Amino acid sequence: MAELLKIFYSFFKIGLFTFGGGFAMIPLIEREVIERRGWIAKDDFVDMLVLAQSAPGPIALNTAVFAGYKLRGFAGAMAAVLGVVIPSFSVILLVAIFFANIRYNPVVDAAFKGMRPAVVALIVAPLMGIVKGMAWWAMVVVVAVGLMVWYFSISPIFFLVAGAAAGVIYVFLTSRKAKSDQR
Amino acid sequence: MILLELFISYLKIGFFGFGGGYAMLSLIQNEVVVQHGWITAAQFTDIVAVSQITPGPIAINSATYIGYAVAGFWGSVVATVAVSLPSLTIMVLLTKFFLQLRHNRYVAGVVKAMAPVVLGMILSAALLLIFPESREDASFIDGWSWALFAAALLGSWRKVNPILMILLSAVAGIVIYYIF
Repeated sequence: MAELLKIFYSFFKIGLFTFGGGFAMIPLIEREVIERRGWIAKDDFVDMLVLAQSAPGPIALNTAVFAGYKLRGFAGAMAAVLGVVIPSFSVILLVAIFFANIRYNPVVDAAFKGMRPAVVALIVAPLMGIVKGMAWWAMVVVVAVGLMVWYFSISPIFFLVAGAAAGVIYVFLTSRKAKSDQR
Repeated sequence: MILLELFISYLKIGFFGFGGGYAMLSLIQNEVVVQHGWITAAQFTDIVAVSQITPGPIAINSATYIGYAVAGFWGSVVATVAVSLPSLTIMVLLTKFFLQLRHNRYVAGVVKAMAPVVLGMILSAALLLIFPESREDASFIDGWSWALFAAALLGSWRKVNPILMILLSAVAGIVIYYIF
């Protein structure tokens, strides 16, 4: 029980101080889980990051599940998830309760008019950096998916499933070709 | 039954939320703005802005916020639990079987093929914020908006802390739209 509480407390801290989500929290987790507690070996940490990014769901949550599960099985995973979720849940709940009353206050409204274009820029900036280094076919997919989801409101789930299927078919075909080349 | 609808929507968002943060925005947008009309595109942008300056992942923040807006306290609980459930189950399974799975070429192929789709989803989220369906939803209302956008873009490339940038743009908004 004491260890479950420690897991909860560590991830509570991580949840409370992670602003901007995902990648911003990685150094925080590293310090808490590896350096301070020694719960996870450095090599496992790299594996964990790869896994947390390939699996669906927020990266913060995924790393919490991984670390918690490794330490104490399912109960550990639950303790870590509760720890990482409760701070953001409570803060946002308070914001949601009081936000409606102040949203149309002229000062708040002016602040949001300033924040909106900055939010869009935060989304666009990493995108341009990553796409620049991609193969031409991948760029075509990026633009096609972006336009179709935006303009025709097609659910992105459709494209995710199609992408996964394309990956499986591609590996299947290339490995068959490799086998027949060997003969 | 609104709670059930919230639960199913956020379960879907959690289950298909590949690529984390910004990629999940397009899924969330599609569910809560386009499919269900629970909030407007402008409200959605506001929530993203709030998520940037409050702790926690955007998916969780939006679940809590939208759940509350749609169905009060229990709405926020239901949506938050629903968005966390897929992560919890899938990651437990993956952690258990990870060593066997890591070198499977099909797993590697799927991950590789999904990368451009995830980036496309980020692009669509940005497009929907730049070109909303109605004028009241616009993120860009005048030349100042584009100037702030350009400044923030430059700031991102220079690795300025995003929280700082959101706070500075809020101050700029107050100076431009309230004081003047």
